[in-house]
Order: sequence, then structure tokens, then C-alpha cells
Amino acid sequence: MTAPRDKLGRPVVVVTGMGIMTSLGAGKADNWAKLVAGESGIRTITRFPVDGLRTTMAGTVDFVSVDPFSSTGLSERMAELVTEEALDQAGIGAKGDFPGPLFLAVAPVEVEWPQRRELGRAVGSPDFTYDDLLRISGGGKYSAYHHRFMFGSVAAYLAETFGTKGSPISLSTACASGATSIQLGVEAIRRGETDAALCVATDGTVNPEALVRFSLLSALSTQNDPPQAASRPFSKNRDGFVMAEGAGALVLESYEAATARGAKILGVIAGCGELTDSFHRTRSSPDGKPIIGCMNKTLADAGMTPDQIDHINAHGTATPENDKMEYNTTSAVFGDLAQKIPVTSNKSMVGHTISAAGAVEAIFSLLTLEHQRIPPTINYDNPDPTILFDVVGNKARDARVTAVMSNSFGFGGQNASLILTREPA
Amino acid sequence: MTDTASKPGQTEVWITGIGLATSLGEGLDANWAALQEKRINVDEKGFAPYIVHPLMPVSFDSQIPKKGDQRQMEAWQRIGTYAAGLALDSAGIKGNKDILSKIDMVVAAGGGERDLNVDTGVLTAEAKGANAPGFLNERLMSDLRPTLFLAQLSNLLAGNIAIVHGLGGTSRTFMGEEVAGADAARIALSRIASGESDIALIGGSHNGERKDLMVLYEFGDFNLKDKFAPVWARKDHAGFALGSAGAFLVLESRAHAEARGAKPFAKLSSVVADLARRKQPGDMAATLEKLWAKLPKREGKGAIITGATGAEPATSEERGFLKSHADFPVRSTGTMFGHAMETQFPLGMALAALSISRGALFPPNDSTGTEIEMQGAPTQIVVVGAGHWRGEGMALVEAV
Repeated sequence: MTAPRDKLGRPVVVVTGMGIMTSLGAGKADNWAKLVAGESGIRTITRFPVDGLRTTMAGTVDFVSVDPFSSTGLSERMAELVTEEALDQAGIGAKGDFPGPLFLAVAPVEVEWPQRRELGRAVGSPDFTYDDLLRISGGGKYSAYHHRFMFGSVAAYLAETFGTKGSPISLSTACASGATSIQLGVEAIRRGETDAALCVATDGTVNPEALVRFSLLSALSTQNDPPQAASRPFSKNRDGFVMAEGAGALVLESYEAATARGAKILGVIAGCGELTDSFHRTRSSPDGKPIIGCMNKTLADAGMTPDQIDHINAHGTATPENDKMEYNTTSAVFGDLAQKIPVTSNKSMVGHTISAAGAVEAIFSLLTLEHQRIPPTINYDNPDPTILFDVVGNKARDARVTAVMSNSFGFGGQNASLILTREPA
Repeated sequence: MTDTASKPGQTEVWITGIGLATSLGEGLDANWAALQEKRINVDEKGFAPYIVHPLMPVSFDSQIPKKGDQRQMEAWQRIGTYAAGLALDSAGIKGNKDILSKIDMVVAAGGGERDLNVDTGVLTAEAKGANAPGFLNERLMSDLRPTLFLAQLSNLLAGNIAIVHGLGGTSRTFMGEEVAGADAARIALSRIASGESDIALIGGSHNGERKDLMVLYEFGDFNLKDKFAPVWARKDHAGFALGSAGAFLVLESRAHAEARGAKPFAKLSSVVADLARRKQPGDMAATLEKLWAKLPKREGKGAIITGATGAEPATSEERGFLKSHADFPVRSTGTMFGHAMETQFPLGMALAALSISRGALFPPNDSTGTEIEMQGAPTQIVVVGAGHWRGEGMALVEAV
């Protein structure tokens, strides 16, 4: 029997439903089976021509169809599917009537190239200016594109479909977005504003311009052949992250509300922390202080000490800078334990699901707690000698796992960490 | 419904800093003076037939001293970083490392500022027959500026504010057009009221002088064309004129403000928001009534500042809602500042706090009778923000 309140007197927040989709497949069962088998979801892109690109592979979700196709449409569809899975498992509320707010992590939205090209063709002459595009945009012919490319469109659709309460929040904290959506849900429950929250994170933005944008920042791996070997977290020959698509949904509830309705508790969000880095737009402060502070804040929020963490689900993007920084900062927080706590990066297999990553990896962390088995970091053949983590390399490892720290760090100085446990601390 | 209202025993939250950079000018005095003179800054020619409220030029150097920082931003981020600096100045915490290292930030942002030359170049080349499979890829690889991406990312407004002004607490960016501004205030207020946070910077910024945004809104025929008219006089000529504006506020627990001797402009008592389905006529007005009923009791001298857009049918629905509260004098920020999307709600909050602190509501500017004169000092102002397409928010700003 556990207390409904944590050490700080706040309602304990538990997870009662989870849904997931990545390039590995749809649903928890399929994803988990492939994840512990060390399978990669990274493949050569077939959705659009890759001629002229430095990076030609990604972790695309090609088994979900959206018509007409847009990245925002794919994000929406994936979010809907993972939410259905999570609600199915949680058995909360009624169909179309979720008893709490929605917090949605979603990639920034904008008009995309297929629609822009449609406009270009509609002008009807080979010489035109942007004003001509603007002139033909009105009249109602393209009104569906207005609705599609509102930033709030995905959240509004989910809120109406699942009947979440109040104003749904669409948020972006770059690569930490998924973690932030969970944090917002945890805070709302701790404040007593609601007994339940739906936290969803989705990203379907593998499109030519998104790839080019990350390429121009030299953030992506260019080890295209074979694509499955491109994502190499903590390896000496890592050269960047691999863009990927995916979505995750979590039903959060207060422990009290979940037990009152006899729900199965899948895990606990024991702590959340967040700290802004004001050093640079894309690089972490060289002293690592903001990330160190973020991890410490998260431990304090959970009322835990480093020795109580027995697994780290790393941000582990496989960019040269991130992985080194993550090791250095983890060492500063965990001391010698940083070399003893098993660490893994799911991104070696599913790639970097950007806006969804924090939620996708939180779900993988909860599945790790459930199965007492840590998924591997694949492509770990050539360890970086300066990163002395106990990386769970290439093969899944059975382990006693009671508390996982999951880290997310993003452009714009966004750092967020979560601590997930099996039982309330 | 999710909402934030001060409950007994909860912390009182003050507005202790306001930063404004708008089409009417920079800073509180310039904006207040223009409002008193009913001065509106619209450009009917530069984007004709579309109408915009262009930013009154500011010297970015004074808030963003490094040219390198300015180069890394597009206009919407520069406007916001500038206005955020003004808000920190106004609160007296600019450069105060102790406070800035823990201040929480909730920013309402759009994003996606595009390079129109690149877009037009690709499309015209394709119209002339460029159809190799990798044509788009190659052009984007060679023509896009590497740093443009960072100027497009929604959360990089917050990122730039953190870098330029040295903010080191938490940082969250909400998207979702108009109601994102209300939600930013709602979450910041609830965090401070519950003791999770002591002080927060909230707000947003918008560059209305963007043809790529006009294309998006033109898809839905939302742009005001040909001739400017006050928001309430657009019924047969509906639409919004985009406005450039940055509006930021410092919210602070009363105890935190008093401990450092900060004076409040006003008190932020409540922020509520919802998502009407807007399937049937009356849906939106019903949601506004529901939000109105959720606000704490209004017993003082009240007024309403609304971000009504001028787009239909939302504006007509809102007019119906306002008519049932005709004892509250109404002011429209859309008439005076244009429509600044995510920034409109923080702008309304800023003007509410300013009006309370200056002991007068600014004068009406309307020929339809929706806005009436107000005598005496307002003590309670309800800020209303109903999106042109989705999302409804409301806040109660009160005299301390």
C-alpha cells in the first residue's frame, strides 16, 4: 500500500494508459518486441526524392496513410492512433469524453511544399511574384489549407475527438517537447486542478525542407549506407542524429483517482525538472551547468538521490557534442555512479522523433520498468573512449530497474528530465 | 474546464512589468499617448490590397546590443526580444541575475518566417519546367540560409529572450494562434498562485508585415482588404489587418514583489480559456458566457478590452456576447493595433493593467456605438480573446 501523496505533500501522479508509434511499428507490443530485439526502424527515404540531399535516410512512419498528405496531417493521425491505444488501456471516461485537459507537443506548423507548389501551378504563368501567389490564395478554394495549417489545428482535432476538457495546449520546447507535455500534465494534477490529463507528443515532419534545415546546421548523420547503422549514440564514429517520426500518448492520473476507479497503474511520474540554457541557440553551455541543474532539479522534485536511479534513458542523439555533454553532465550529478548505471539510447533504433521524443522515450522507460529489461543501444561497436557510461550495447539486458531518469535536451536551451518509477517513492 | 482563479489562501499575483513595442510606438507612454489621441498607424499601400499595422521603428540596439544576436533572428523574434527587455526594465529586474536565473517564461508564439525569394525562385523555376527529382532539394540546400531555421522555430523566441536577457529558469512555448496567449498567462498564473513559481515573464510577438502569413489567412479569406475600418464597422467588409506587436508582462507573487519593493500596475486575478466547437451559430457566444461566469465576482467599476479580430462570424458572435454585458464599456485592440495573433491577448492584458494603473480607460474609437465613453477610473477590466477560427480566453485584471 502506498501513499496518495508524495514526500512534498502533492498528489502522486501515475500513468494508467500508454500508446506509441515509431518507425518500428504501431503499438506497445510491436515496438517493445522490436526494441529489445535490437531492430532499427531507420531506412532510406522513399516518400520523396532524395537526390541532392546529404542525408537520405530517416525513421519514417510509412505505414500510416494520410490523404492529402502533409506533415501536420501525419502528426495528427499518429497522435490520434496513439491516443486511442492509451485510452483503450486506461479505460478512463467515456468514448469522446476524457475527464481532463490535453497537453500536446507538436512540431511547429507551416504551409508545406505540396500546397505551395499547388499555388505556384495555379498562377498559370511561368513568371510570377509572391504577390501573385497571395492574390490567388483567397476565394475559398484553399480554405481547408487555412484550417490544416493553424498551429492549434492538431490539438483542436484531438480535443474534439477525445472530448478533453478546456483549452488544449499546443506546445513546443524543441527536442524536449514530449517531456514538457508530461510535465504540464503532472503540474496540473499536483495543483489539484484535475484528476487526469492526456499528454500527447507527435512529430511527422520528415519532409525535404525539414531535412535540409537540419542538414544545413550539420546536425544530421550522413552515414546513409546502410541506413540501419547511421544512428550511433556514444560511439566514436557517431556523426549526428537521424530524423524520425513517431508519437506517444500517456494518460496521467492522480494515484488517488486511479486507485479509486480500480485502474491498473503502469508507473509513476516521480519527478520533472526543467532548466533553460541561455548560452547559445543550438549549443549547450560548455560548463554544462544548465543540464546539471536540470537533472538536480528533477532529483529534488522526485525527492530522490542519485543512488536511487538505476537506469538512464539518455537523450543520446548521437551528435558528437550532445553525447559528450550528456556524459560530462551526468558524471557531475552522479559521480562514479555515472559509470555504473546502465545507460541506453532508444534513438539508436527509432531515430530522433524530435517533438515526440520525450514522450516516446518516457513510454519506453515505463516499459523497461514493466519488463525489467533494458533495450540496447545498437550500432555500439566502436565505443567513444571518453564516454565511460555503462552503455547497454547491442543486446538487451535484464536488470533490476526501479527508477529511470529520462533526459531531453533541445535547441533554444531547452532541457527537461523526468524520473519514472514502478511504485510511488 | 481548466481555469485559474485565485482561491482563498492562494497567492495573489501582481503585474509588475509591462513591455510594449507596437505599431503605435515603443514603451508605455508612447502607446498611451497614441491611444489618447486615437491615433492609428495603418499602411494601406505597402501590401495592397491588404492592410497592415506596421511596427513603429525602434532601435533594436537598445535591448539587443549584439548585432550578432540581431542577425540570428527574424523580425518577429527581434520584436519579441525587444519587448521582453522592456518588460524586464519596467519590472526593475533587468540584469538582476538572482531573479533572472530563476524566472519562468511562458511564451505564445507562431513561427515559420520564410524567405520569400527562395520560395518564389523555386516555384517560378518549376513553372518554367525544372522538374528533376532532386530540384527542390538542391535549391533548398543551396539557397536557404543555415540560420533561417532558428528564426523559424517557435521556441526560439523564448530561446533568444533567454540568451539576450540572461534568463535561466524554465521556458515553455505555447502555439495555437490567439488562445495561446491566454493559455500562456493561464499557466503562468496558476504556477505562481499555487507556489510552484514566484515570478514569470509571459507574452508574445508578431510580425504582421509578412506575405507568407497573409497567404495562410487568405486561404480562409480572413485578410482585411482595400480600406481600413474599426473592428466593429467591418460587418459587411470582414477581416483582420495584421499588426506587428510585441507584448510582455512580468507576473509576480505579491510576496516576491513586496520583498523587493516592486510596485504593481495591477493584479491578475483570473485567466480562463476554452475551445468552443463553433459548429452552430451561438456556440462561441455560449462559451464566452461560460468563461464570463467563471471569473471572480465583478463588483467594481468594470470595462472590457477585447482582441476581437474583425473576422466573421466570430466578431458578430462576440458582439452579441458584449451586448448582454452592455454596462461594461468596451475597447477593441484590433482597431488600434491590428491583429497580432498570439500576441493579442497579452497586449490586451498589458493595456488593462496600464489603464488601471493610470486611472482611466483609453477613449473609444468606433462609429457603431459598440464602444462608449467611460467616466472615472476602472478597477476591474476583463480581457477577452476569441480567436478568428478557434479558441476563447478571458482574464480579469484588477486594481490592487
